[in-house]
Amino acid sequence: MDFERFIFYVFAAILIFAAARVITVRNPVHAALHLVLAFFTCSALWLLLEAEFLAITLVLVYVGAVMVLFLFVVMMLDINTSPLREGFIRYLPVGLGVAALIVMEMYLVVRARNFGVDSMSIPARHPEGYSNVREIGSVLYTDYVYPFEIASVILLVAIIAAIALTMRKRPETKSQNPAEQVAVKAADRVRVVQMKAEEKQ
Amino acid sequence: MIALSDYLILAAILFGLSVAGIFLNRKNVIILLMAIELMLLAVNINFIAFSYFMGDIAGQIFVFFILTVAAAEAAIGLAILVVLFRNRQTINVQDLDTLKG
Repeated sequence: MDFERFIFYVFAAILIFAAARVITVRNPVHAALHLVLAFFTCSALWLLLEAEFLAITLVLVYVGAVMVLFLFVVMMLDINTSPLREGFIRYLPVGLGVAALIVMEMYLVVRARNFGVDSMSIPARHPEGYSNVREIGSVLYTDYVYPFEIASVILLVAIIAAIALTMRKRPETKSQNPAEQVAVKAADRVRVVQMKAEEKQ
Repeated sequence: MIALSDYLILAAILFGLSVAGIFLNRKNVIILLMAIELMLLAVNINFIAFSYFMGDIAGQIFVFFILTVAAAEAAIGLAILVVLFRNRQTINVQDLDTLKG
């Protein structure tokens, strides 16, 4: 067993352990943290596959943004987890049975006889000066430029949707309206009263 | 050396675990969203493994777009979850039966 294979098995074991913890732990905060661990080990596996750009993107986007968002939401909501755990034991056999069936079926398709070293030879490593980012960029901004722009529109829609969903008017809060303040004229504030001059006493 | 089948089997196990997670935590919406993220991760591993072994960069581009859409999906899903909790004070799937579906 060479060193690369050893590294692969270590990261695969950590990944499966973290995924199993995500679906079994009682506390949603622990589940989110184990999901962070899963993403980290997965990005290490992607580095083994020479997908450096996506590995870094996974850490930045998922661990840095999405999982922090998950943690924010989990901590913001005051959840009583005990009723949410009902039926965990009851559905354990059927859940594990269906999952084992799916894994079994997939294994029959992707096992070493079909996708092993004999049928899919291992490609040679890229030379030292090879840049994965440059290769992705050269394709992304030429052949895939329209999908790329659609992706940016999707992100914009997601921003607007998330803000529109969670924004609310709170009538009990006191706040100033700058537009009204700016529109005020002097006539609204000062009242000039005509009156006779009084005699000096 | 690591064969393509090793990566594919790892992704299959990860996918099976997330399916089991949807069965086990069928009342907790947050864990359901996390299981969906795990599923997308398993699919991404497949894409990148094939991209590497077939020498085609298109698989990595596709993973890039999947990451984009998944980030948007997580943001909107969590926003819906927050609104839901604000209105109903619960995220239990069992209590969300207003539509009588």
